[in-house]
Amino acid sequence: MSKIVIIGNGISGISTARHIRKRSNDEIVVISAESKYHYSRTALMYIYMGHMTQVHTQAYEPHFWEKNRISLVHDFVESIQYEHKVLELKSGTKISYDKLVLAVGSKSNMFGWPGQDLEGVQGLYGLQDLNALEAMTDSIEHAVIIGGGLIGIELCEMLLSRGKKVTFLVREKWFWKNVLPEQEARMLERHIRSHHVNLVMGEELEEIIGNEKGQACAIKTKSGEEIACQFVGLTVGVSPNIDFLKGSDLSLERGVLINQFFETNIPDVYSIGDCAQFSEPIFGRRPIEQVWYTGRIMGETLAKTLTGNRTAYQPGFWFNSAKFFDIEYQTYGTVLSQRLEGEKDLYWESDDGLKAIHIVWEVETGKFKGINSFGIRLRHEFFNKYLEEQKTITEVLSHLMDAKFDPEFYTNYLDQFILQFNQQNATQIRVKKKNWSRILKFIKY
Amino acid sequence: MRKEESLSIANPDYNGLGALPKLGTTIGLLSIIVFVMASFNLLEEANSLLLGVSLGGTFLGIVLYAVGIYLNKSAGIKNDGVFHRQISNKGLIAWLIGIVLTGYYILLYLYPEYLGLAAEGDTNTGLIGFFDPLSMFFKGQPASQWFVYGTFYTLAMLSLGIKFMLKYRHNRYQLMRTSVVVLAQLLLAYLLPEILEGLYSGEAYFAKDIKNIWPLNYYFFEEWHLTNMVDGGNLGMFYLVLGIFMFLVFTPIITYYVGKRWYCSWICGCGGLAETAGDPFRQLSSKSLKSWKIERWMIHTVLVLVTLMTMASLYGYFSGNSEVFGLSIYTYFTKPYGLFIGAIFSGVVGVGFYPLLGSRVWCRFGCPMAAYIGMVQRFKSRFRITTNGSQCISCGNCSTYCEMGIDVRSYAQKGQNIVRSSCVGCGICAAVCPRGVLKLENGPEKGRIKSETSLMGNDDLDLLNQLK
Repeated sequence: MSKIVIIGNGISGISTARHIRKRSNDEIVVISAESKYHYSRTALMYIYMGHMTQVHTQAYEPHFWEKNRISLVHDFVESIQYEHKVLELKSGTKISYDKLVLAVGSKSNMFGWPGQDLEGVQGLYGLQDLNALEAMTDSIEHAVIIGGGLIGIELCEMLLSRGKKVTFLVREKWFWKNVLPEQEARMLERHIRSHHVNLVMGEELEEIIGNEKGQACAIKTKSGEEIACQFVGLTVGVSPNIDFLKGSDLSLERGVLINQFFETNIPDVYSIGDCAQFSEPIFGRRPIEQVWYTGRIMGETLAKTLTGNRTAYQPGFWFNSAKFFDIEYQTYGTVLSQRLEGEKDLYWESDDGLKAIHIVWEVETGKFKGINSFGIRLRHEFFNKYLEEQKTITEVLSHLMDAKFDPEFYTNYLDQFILQFNQQNATQIRVKKKNWSRILKFIKY
Repeated sequence: MRKEESLSIANPDYNGLGALPKLGTTIGLLSIIVFVMASFNLLEEANSLLLGVSLGGTFLGIVLYAVGIYLNKSAGIKNDGVFHRQISNKGLIAWLIGIVLTGYYILLYLYPEYLGLAAEGDTNTGLIGFFDPLSMFFKGQPASQWFVYGTFYTLAMLSLGIKFMLKYRHNRYQLMRTSVVVLAQLLLAYLLPEILEGLYSGEAYFAKDIKNIWPLNYYFFEEWHLTNMVDGGNLGMFYLVLGIFMFLVFTPIITYYVGKRWYCSWICGCGGLAETAGDPFRQLSSKSLKSWKIERWMIHTVLVLVTLMTMASLYGYFSGNSEVFGLSIYTYFTKPYGLFIGAIFSGVVGVGFYPLLGSRVWCRFGCPMAAYIGMVQRFKSRFRITTNGSQCISCGNCSTYCEMGIDVRSYAQKGQNIVRSSCVGCGICAAVCPRGVLKLENGPEKGRIKSETSLMGNDDLDLLNQLK
């Protein structure tokens, strides 16, 4: 029996702990400076908006940890002595380990803007950020959000729900440009504006201006415009939270460098989740994956290695999801923001501009590559199976009813989508009815 | 927010109450004041016109309020501020509403004379007297406390049902379900029984709400009720046969095909009130493992009690004895069940405690019908809530807004389907899920219950998982 210490109680660290417990009787200690109990970071916005309280975002009741013999330590790790396998905590306590997992997550990016340290300037990553925002909410009338990604739009929605005016500065030509194709980004931009966000595209932050009390009171854009505000949200991505790991033998680059087994250069020290950087990323994937799902998968995989079954990271086909105000987004497979050579695509949008599907395939082989879906729910297992079996676009479309996941009685938009596909590609794909025996073949149970 | 500073795109979603909701609140409150005055015999000239105006005013007030708060916003999930507001987060207002509701139920069930119910031969006064004209119109007899209750109940479901539909206007499952449950109350539970009561006013009373099935309708097999049905001519025999058929044949078959929801959230009056008037309180139900344990003990105990009580009643009916094993059937079986379960649990606690314990206390902890259909749903049904692969982000919206206190997330985050006897299929978990993870559906029993290994995105999950 060995003692496994995990730093970080986000989804990566907690998935590791849970899966170690399923497989072994090892001693498990989870250390977090952010919160005693694991909570769902993705739900931060809902706490602020009043949909839930922080307790609701805790996926396990307190007795769960006791029952599963996972010790929780609410403290900050000051230093790690790798040669002695000992951690030193802020409280002065020392904790030894046999195996150490660094799942310490990210911190919000700040790009050295003048004024970025003023009061009222912050990112949104953890509970402390949320508390800071809550504390100053009453003094906000107008907020400016910088950065065109997922956290930026969440912060817009949060502030609007509390009656603030919001200006959203996006540097790129279209929203979330490093991920989304232009068509769906344009639809989302219309949707963002319909929610009364002052969305400014192609504009960058020059500096944040403070008043005599050291509070942010305006921002200046690159084009010279000044916008008065009491709050500046910096949501230009996150980067590995590794400052406290610097100055030791541990190999760092942008993140903690790891191999396919999450092993760092130091024996018995592993790293997963947002803070880890693959020295050789899997083909077609990023070296640092900062997604809820990949964190969970990494944790599950690492638990095997730690319990004696050394296993490489094999995350399967890409999938993700998000919600932009009222529009849900799901993606399966690979839909890049621009088409690669030899790829063909079809984009369909509903008349009300609130639903869209974007599907991509290979011209030569007809092989299905991926799908983006907005406002229409699709079955994950369907696409996983069809990607795995390298099915063609025709096969995917003719069985698309099996993938329908919208609630009962919803309008069937998939018919419209396929109609447009047939018209534009001069095909005559006939859609088969939903069939449970086909579905049972791809559902795991 | 100062007007002159407003951007051209000023956000109208958040400005306190607008003009329309204020107007609605005013009209609604004025109407309720009329009812309060009637209760204290303060109305000089109570007449059918004033009754009509105050009933209509209550309805109009609620609908205007709902139109005002929802229709100027985009269609989508509207849970902003739920845990910031007193009313929906057990604040002072919630306690006050709880106390008023509880008091009203206590008067209704135990002391109707304080609501103005006259002794035999006298004329009704107070609130009940205020409703006499409407009762005379329907059935040519003065109002009873149950007539007043039924009218308020239906009015609440109608108006707050419309509010719910405006709130969920983007969701056709919710629109269909709410239309059906409100119409079922209006037609099957209120209008049809009252009209039949008028047409057959000479006959002794028996329950004429066909969807109020035994064991929810616990007195169905009580001696007096059986006698009244048997003596009630063709209509009585029809209700007797139909009641047994509904319980014995219809219920399990439909539950097999679509789950418990056909009853609990699509048809049932108790469920209907919870879904409409109770909707602002659905997030208050406890999701703890402990409350699940308590729930299972309580609800099945009630099922046993109603069965024992009914067996004793049937024995009494067929044997002609008023005692079983030397115990009076009335004193030891039917009366205590009616008082403690029928009145205090289902009524006083069930609805009175909405603002404190959530809207489904009775359905979850007490209803024997729910226990019965729940067993069918759990062990022999095609219904399940499917979890969409590995898309769950554990945010907790599904669990928070589950009125039955099911920790939906605990299944969803493991990739498992939700197959629980208590699920009433309201569909709100699926609606509030921000990632499209949940779907209520009916499908083959094979594959309905998924193991944890069904979670995807990890190509190598092995059998060890199942051996935990």
